[in-house]
Amino acid sequence: MSEAHSALAEQFRDLEQQREVASLGMWVFLVTEIMFFGGLFLAYAVARFLHPEAFAEASHHLNVALGGINTAVLIASSLTMALAVHAAQVGQRRALMGFLTLTAALGCVFLLIKGIEYADKFQHHLVPGSAFSFAGPEARPAELFFSLYFAMTGLHALHMVIGVGVVVVLLVRAWKGRYSVQYHIPIEVAGLYWHFVDIIWIFLFPLLYLIDIHH
Amino acid sequence: MSTAPTAEVVRREENYLNVSYGIRSWLLTTDHKRIALLYLASVTVFFFLGGVFAVLIRLNLFTPTGDLVSAATYNKLFTMHGVVMIFFFLIPSIPAVLGNFLIPLMIGAKDLAFPRLNLASWYLFNMGGLIVLYSILSGGIDTGWTFYTPFSSVYSNTHVVSTIFGIFIAGFSSILTGLNFIVTIHTMRAPGMTWFRLPLFVWTHYATSLIFVLGTPVIAITLALVAAERLFHLGIFNPALGGDPLLFQHLFWFYSHPAVYIMVLPAMGVTTELITTFARKKLFGYSFVAAASLAIAVIGFLVWGHHMFVAGQSAYAAMIFSLLSYLVAIPSAVKVFNWTATLYKGSVSWATPMLYGLGFIGLFVMGGLTGLFLAALGVDVHVHDTYFVVAHFHYIMVGGAVMGYLGGLHYWWPKISGRLYPEALARFAAIVLFIGFNLTFFPQFILGYLGMPRRYHAYPPEFQVLNVLSTAGASILAIGYLLPMAYFIWSMRYGPAAGPNPWPATGLEWLTPSPPPPHNFDETPTVTWEPYDFPNRPDLKYPSPVVAVRQLGPTPQEE
Amino acid sequence: MPEHIVSRKLYFLICGILLSLTLLTWGVALINLGRWNIVLALAIAFSKATLVALFFMHLRYSPRRTQLTLVAGLFWLGILLLLTMSDYLTR
Repeated sequence: MSEAHSALAEQFRDLEQQREVASLGMWVFLVTEIMFFGGLFLAYAVARFLHPEAFAEASHHLNVALGGINTAVLIASSLTMALAVHAAQVGQRRALMGFLTLTAALGCVFLLIKGIEYADKFQHHLVPGSAFSFAGPEARPAELFFSLYFAMTGLHALHMVIGVGVVVVLLVRAWKGRYSVQYHIPIEVAGLYWHFVDIIWIFLFPLLYLIDIHH
Repeated sequence: MSTAPTAEVVRREENYLNVSYGIRSWLLTTDHKRIALLYLASVTVFFFLGGVFAVLIRLNLFTPTGDLVSAATYNKLFTMHGVVMIFFFLIPSIPAVLGNFLIPLMIGAKDLAFPRLNLASWYLFNMGGLIVLYSILSGGIDTGWTFYTPFSSVYSNTHVVSTIFGIFIAGFSSILTGLNFIVTIHTMRAPGMTWFRLPLFVWTHYATSLIFVLGTPVIAITLALVAAERLFHLGIFNPALGGDPLLFQHLFWFYSHPAVYIMVLPAMGVTTELITTFARKKLFGYSFVAAASLAIAVIGFLVWGHHMFVAGQSAYAAMIFSLLSYLVAIPSAVKVFNWTATLYKGSVSWATPMLYGLGFIGLFVMGGLTGLFLAALGVDVHVHDTYFVVAHFHYIMVGGAVMGYLGGLHYWWPKISGRLYPEALARFAAIVLFIGFNLTFFPQFILGYLGMPRRYHAYPPEFQVLNVLSTAGASILAIGYLLPMAYFIWSMRYGPAAGPNPWPATGLEWLTPSPPPPHNFDETPTVTWEPYDFPNRPDLKYPSPVVAVRQLGPTPQEE
Repeated sequence: MPEHIVSRKLYFLICGILLSLTLLTWGVALINLGRWNIVLALAIAFSKATLVALFFMHLRYSPRRTQLTLVAGLFWLGILLLLTMSDYLTR
């Protein structure tokens, strides 16, 4: 392992240290992401606390089926990403490329379904702004719900777009044969990011779609 | 160090400054030492820009009627002074300049863990800075650096969105710096460099990095939401749409209160290095000082509500926040007591860096103790939003952070540039700075206590004497800032060579030649000694040869 | 710390549990449990996130400092949420 490798950066002792550094670096970055989304989750908690009825009412306008399907799509994509890391670890290049392709494809399916949901909201005038219309006395707080809905899912979708981009870059590099049993740090680190984005959705789905459907 | 290549001394030694030349070799460098100098240049520009705003503010307050600028312009001046000084000078100053330069050297590493991210952070910083400059040049912003909603999100007609965008981008540079430091300190220490052998400078930067990493993302999302309110009419902070403006203040101060510790913790680290070196003593209570650094970073996150005592938060929350605010005093006091105990019976020398170190302690104590006044609910109702608050935080941010920054620059300048600056002139500048600072800001404590509110461009005539004193002090302060700039530049060309360890001090950074070679250490050092162990380091001759050197003038080249 | 290779079987198993938990949280949401709806939803989401972190993200096999990094992040998120809500809940 301590043999000089072309991918070894000069500030490190060996690839082992480089791998630990990269992994810790990504985890620290993910902590910043927790705090970044955390601000939005706090805003959601406060707004929901101030306007519980309006939030329940507004959340009925979300499509639970599409949200549920998307949850399954993301979990499946996490599985394929984990399998891609596994393939990289054992040096199966074709499997690695296959699973990366699947992961990117599932990411695109998620974004497509999200796009369908957004288009539906535009049609029903549920996008905050001058065109917003909502029957009932609590139109303003309902608009607030949709503000938060778009802010949170929009930010999540942005992370998905970046994730798909990263996976595609990895795919090209895997095709060029850059990764081996000794060196596959980027695959692992990108995997961490991908799973984290999945976790965000795991919280968004119940909070936005589910907790008030029994009303 | 181990080899003594006599033949090679004749050849000019390769260091990080002369290893390559040309603008490209600087703009594309991944050497943490060069990036530190790039940051030094950027930060200095912003310091003088912020200083210009400060001068205009003080000139306007020379007369009770505020004759120099209109009220609207005055609002813009104090806003831009705050934005530039806080986000583009104070926060990056010590970490991005001194921390960047020194942390790898101090822990015995060749570079930071992510050199390219380090360079990227400098570009992000400048990009953010340029966007803010654009906002300033195209008319400025008048919300106050605090961007309180709904004024910032609905009513202000100035360049809020572009300023926020600039700060947002610069925030990523903070995050990258903090991430880099945390990972580096965890994984890149030289053999034998255990956690409790780290210089305190490294400990305080670790604590600072925690705040960078955990706090900055929150201000980023908060400011992004303010921009979104302006652009897309989201209503999260807008009471007219069912939102809550206090939520903005919670989110804003969750970062912006700890941000004060981003400024002052590194300065504490610098001060610890200065006090031990110039008292020639082991640091009193090393582990307490290290733990106090972490405690300040953690408790600093629990106190933000004390900015909102009169803003309408619940009385119970206010009581909790008030109590928690008092807690910060404990680790801060631990540090001050330990510095004092280190000085006790030390052989103290009055070199320039030490003057800044002692100045830091005095001014920080003043700022800290007046902070306790403000943490008390009843007193805060009286002095909230007055000049008392302005004086308090300038004692911490300028008296504390800037003193630490300048002290650190003077202390490590021989390492950074390989040259010595004129000692007598530097001591004179330090004293001028100290006097000018106190003359500027002490009158503001009195003004605030008497009831002069902050952020007004005019004031009742009975406050004029104290305001004139403050303005006079500011002009002395300005001289104190310009002098070091002049003699640092002078010393780069004409200063006598410093040698590897001019003070002499104990850290690993002093084992390298000055300036250090591109990869810091020819072979990774193995640490077998305790930190600040002056009594057991006979290799460190004292009294410092540098004192003799400075009286004799230029010396022969090192070795 | 040497690299740990998780078996494919375990990945599939975790994925299966995650999908079942998704169905469970959906089902639970249809029943009116008052304020327990939100508690249960968050508890299930938290267990799902834990599974993803422990196995997909290899946290279980990571060095202690990596685990501490995540714990620190959650702790600070807790500070943000709890102290802010302490204001709203006592107005």
